[in-house]
Amino acid sequence: MSLLETRQLAKSFGETRAVDHVDFRVTKGEVLALIGSNGAGKTTLVNLISGLIPPDSGTIQFQGADITRASVHEKIGAGIARSFQLVNLFDQLSSLDNIALAVFSREGKTRRLFSLADADTGVRDEAHGVLKQFGLDGKAGVPAGGLSQGERKLLDIAVAYALKPALLFLDEPTSGVSTREKAPIMDIISAIVRSGHITAVIIEHDMDVVFRYCERIVAMHQGKILADGSPDEIRANAEVTANLLGIQEPG
Amino acid sequence: MSPLGARPRRLLGVGLPAVALLIALPFLAPPYQTVLLSYGLVFAIAALGFNLLLGYTGLLSFGHCAYFGVGAYAVALMVKYFKWSSMELFVLGGVLASAFVSLVFGFLCVRYTRIFFGILTMALSQVLWSLAFKFFWVTGGSDGLRVPTPTLLGGFAPQGGGSDKLDFLSHRYYFYVLVLFVLAVVVMWLIVHSPFGKALQAIRDNEIRAEFVGVQVRRYRLVAFVVSGIYTGLAGALWVPLNGLTTPDILHWTFSGKIVFFTVLGGFQTFAGPIVGAIAYNYLETYAVGHTVYWQLVLGVVLVALVLVLPAGIVGSVLRWLPRRRSAA
Repeated sequence: MSLLETRQLAKSFGETRAVDHVDFRVTKGEVLALIGSNGAGKTTLVNLISGLIPPDSGTIQFQGADITRASVHEKIGAGIARSFQLVNLFDQLSSLDNIALAVFSREGKTRRLFSLADADTGVRDEAHGVLKQFGLDGKAGVPAGGLSQGERKLLDIAVAYALKPALLFLDEPTSGVSTREKAPIMDIISAIVRSGHITAVIIEHDMDVVFRYCERIVAMHQGKILADGSPDEIRANAEVTANLLGIQEPG
Repeated sequence: MSPLGARPRRLLGVGLPAVALLIALPFLAPPYQTVLLSYGLVFAIAALGFNLLLGYTGLLSFGHCAYFGVGAYAVALMVKYFKWSSMELFVLGGVLASAFVSLVFGFLCVRYTRIFFGILTMALSQVLWSLAFKFFWVTGGSDGLRVPTPTLLGGFAPQGGGSDKLDFLSHRYYFYVLVLFVLAVVVMWLIVHSPFGKALQAIRDNEIRAEFVGVQVRRYRLVAFVVSGIYTGLAGALWVPLNGLTTPDILHWTFSGKIVFFTVLGGFQTFAGPIVGAIAYNYLETYAVGHTVYWQLVLGVVLVALVLVLPAGIVGSVLRWLPRRRSAA
């Protein structure tokens, strides 16, 4: 069953067709990877779906409803959340407050002017729980700006996760972190996504990560979808190996 | 465990001794000093409101003179046209008028940030300044409008002391201002520690991410703008009986600059900074004006020194210095 479906989705920047009439589908419950070289259109596609930028043409259906022109706020309300390639956090707020804000927002409590945020034990407990799931429970009181890059990446994803989305986009969750940190970060993310039965789309450059953690892979090239299939099918696809994986055919 | 959290305990720990001192002051200090402090408390209310935008939402307004002026002129016009003298009606009128103007101005301004926001707020405030000058048959032009001594609490305020204006201002009116000041501090403290306050701080830190956790950035900025305007309007309404006169000077952008100065002097990254800054600035300006014709030079030097030596302001610097001193001891 399709959770998300784009039809002929297009976005150009000047002469450049960043997303070129893309039909993209995400099935409920899967962990899907979106791969492609720099400029392939992966992040633009996610930006269009999540509402950061409007499409030039095409439609986006989510859970059967047309959300093509919905605002970011409406899309979040519908159950779409995302993390960012470059970590996007509230640096002066503590790690706990970063998560708590997402919980307050999800519960519609950010409109409250005259109640103490710290006194809402339900929200604080849930925020502590999320931090624990991501291995950040020891950093609850640390401002987000004072965390290491790997911790910031995890917190960035944890903030999106705290919205309890039906569909979570993770834009390069291991970019900018050391090779040694990649596997632990992906293990945490994978465990949380699978145990929470969250549908996730992971944009990633690291093919080892993609082949290890994702059950379906969509490859993009020059704004179009080049291939769509299981890790084995993608490995065996000649166009993908030539354009993305950098492997030359023998002879 | 105490039913109070750490933050309310800290507020009470600092606030109660401060309020006790402020209550005792009229009985210890000469009337002139009490009146001077009343001005400081009034400016502190304006600075608190201003800092909801600067310190908590990340928006630097150069147009807060508009809401202060609207609060003051609303009172003066109630006196002129309705011959009212009730301070409660003045406060209500000042607050409603500033809420309306800040809602209209805010609707236009919150679409922008950084320098564009600052310039737009300043430009709109200057429209009011020119109107106050040009519509002299309404506003009194450069002569302004006089506001006589108001009645407090429907005339049921305890009389005490003599009946001259200085005595009224240094006792009854001082306590009136003090009560509203304390209320304003408590309400603002609640707002900045509420989920809404956290959302504002999130907008300040990263507006795109705030949008992506579901915070409606423009709407929240507008609410912050209106609350900020109401505080500044309340300050204007309380200021005008103290001053006895309102003129277009308080609608000039240089008065907005003063409100910025209060806040930077005390420290915009702390809750108490704007309060301390407003009171300190008021004393600084009063004594500089009284001692030298070059008082503007003195204020300029202080501002430059502040930016270079104490960028965190008075309260911010003390809060940074205290832990270091404790760990060194």
